[in-house]
Amino acid sequence: MRVEMFTFLLTAAICLAGSAGVVLLRNPVHNALSLVATLFGVAVLFIQQGAYFLAAIQVIVYAGAIVILFLFVIMLLGVDKAEGIDRDPILGQRTAAIAAGVAILGLSLTALLSVGSRVTGQASTLAAIDGSEPNINALAKVLFTDYVFAFEITSVLLTVAVVGAVVLSRKAGSAIDVAEFPEGTTADLLQAKHDAAAVEQEVLEEVATEDETPEGEAETTEEALR
Amino acid sequence: MLALNETWYLVLAAMIFTIGSVGLLTRKNPLVMFMCVELMLNAVNLTFVTFSKALDDIAGQAIVFFVMVVAAAEVVVGLGIIVAIMRRRQGANADDISLMRG
Repeated sequence: MRVEMFTFLLTAAICLAGSAGVVLLRNPVHNALSLVATLFGVAVLFIQQGAYFLAAIQVIVYAGAIVILFLFVIMLLGVDKAEGIDRDPILGQRTAAIAAGVAILGLSLTALLSVGSRVTGQASTLAAIDGSEPNINALAKVLFTDYVFAFEITSVLLTVAVVGAVVLSRKAGSAIDVAEFPEGTTADLLQAKHDAAAVEQEVLEEVATEDETPEGEAETTEEALR
Repeated sequence: MLALNETWYLVLAAMIFTIGSVGLLTRKNPLVMFMCVELMLNAVNLTFVTFSKALDDIAGQAIVFFVMVVAAAEVVVGLGIIVAIMRRRQGANADDISLMRG
């Protein structure tokens, strides 16, 4: 029990420090790294509560893919510089936001702490967590029976997201570049490329044999190379 | 020493959610706003897993799985939109993007 408590407190401190870092730090790269700290902390809390599969997914998908995607976009756009904080276009926006945050926290803490330490509600009758069954088996069983329709819809959603991302991030206005996709079979194209390379090689060799390099002609060699 | 029960996890999740929501309302860089949304989603995931354990029901963890999938899709499309906007104008922040036309 004592070890559990120690782990929880340490992880909670990491989570809170990380999330505070996401909000307070001014450099987007630092924000992303703070987010990783929070995500790892939440993964540890998942493990502590027996959700082993979700902990693995948390690390792989969130820390491994989503944060890396954030970092890629930060680097791509070059926005890794501090954000100006002097301007506040809506008057009192920051104050109002902090007041709203305190209100949310107060409300949820009141709701949580007023009922005492027990979770009310009905325990599961259909999908109980059986101690003898590994977590991933139980989760798979429920995913592929009760929620199989939602699971299939998920794959549609991911496909739509990928297509949408490609459409959005292509350069605006440019249709598909036809020169990039010429007519003909792959074998023809490879043959044509090979022929062109051979011709070029011959030209180079000719040029090389022609001038046993007096100085003026070295330049023509370079031009031919171009 | 106090015993570790569900309330601790729920309070922590409420705190992370609050920090995320305040960040979403105060920050102006759209990327950082997305990170704050991720924080809020993670807080909710933690709540789901906690209740899943407390009520002995694996369905809570199944829902967390779906939340993660939707979060991944949301980030992909959102970052695509941000890249498309940033190409047109350098250094835009959320306050400058007030027109719904290209």
